[in-house]
Amino acid sequence: MRAAVVTFPGSNCDRDLAVAMEAVFGRPVLRVWHADSELPPVDVVGIPGGFSYGDYLRPGAIAARSPILRAVIRAAERGVAVLGICNGFQILTEAGLLPGALIRNVGLAFVCREVELEVATTASPFTCAYPARARIRLPVAHHDGNYVADVETLDRLEAEDRIAFRYLDNPNGSARGIAGVLNARRNVLGMMPHPERACDPKLGGTDGIPLFRSLLSALVA
Amino acid sequence: MIAQVRIRYRPGVLDPEARAIARALASLGYRDVRSVARAKIIELELATSDRAEAERQVREMCDRLLANPVIETYEVSLGD
Repeated sequence: MRAAVVTFPGSNCDRDLAVAMEAVFGRPVLRVWHADSELPPVDVVGIPGGFSYGDYLRPGAIAARSPILRAVIRAAERGVAVLGICNGFQILTEAGLLPGALIRNVGLAFVCREVELEVATTASPFTCAYPARARIRLPVAHHDGNYVADVETLDRLEAEDRIAFRYLDNPNGSARGIAGVLNARRNVLGMMPHPERACDPKLGGTDGIPLFRSLLSALVA
Repeated sequence: MIAQVRIRYRPGVLDPEARAIARALASLGYRDVRSVARAKIIELELATSDRAEAERQVREMCDRLLANPVIETYEVSLGD
């Protein structure tokens, strides 16, 4: 299981994501810089949370046009798994790898707390190790997590079983309670909650671990 | 040449900040405000003086970076 985590100027969850992946995957995770134009050969790429490029223009907008993202897009087209968390989700929508967009939370406040989620599909390499319809708790920490898309897109996501996670108590106004979505090929996941921050009982929870175990079982098998 | 890009949310995208501004105006007693929309303006100084070429370039910049077509529309205007 070969994994890489991308770091942009302003990323702040890159190390946490690498640590969580290393604990489950059992081998070092490669670290890649935003200005690199090539990805090493990997099975999964993590796009971490943070405030890439200071959230200038729109959250994720500048990172989505950085050299490494062109390599990430090519890798996704080859079938490499891509996991975008929080700002990583914003980057993947800005890059066109996932539909929709993330705008300012409905309550306007930065929301930083644990939320309850439903695992809305287990038919993906990111969620196959969760029990069907599992209810899990993960932290969120974002100002722009309000998922928007047109009605046709939302209907298509539901019809194609591409909503990975839903909020049980919607903290940001996201359309249809969407907390995470998959691309059509199901090898790209974007999600606002932070599974990498819920991988150690000493840090408040372990509900993020099955996400990384899912990748391990789906991609090594 | 100066080019100005005006970017705003598409109709149908509920802008939480605009709604907060509308509520604040209502609390100040402005009862005639039916709705509020925000826009952002990006001004570009271009080296070309060819208006058609300037407009082509700026529209391309909007499509590739400055606006997000999922949630935003844009208008380009060129100065003298």
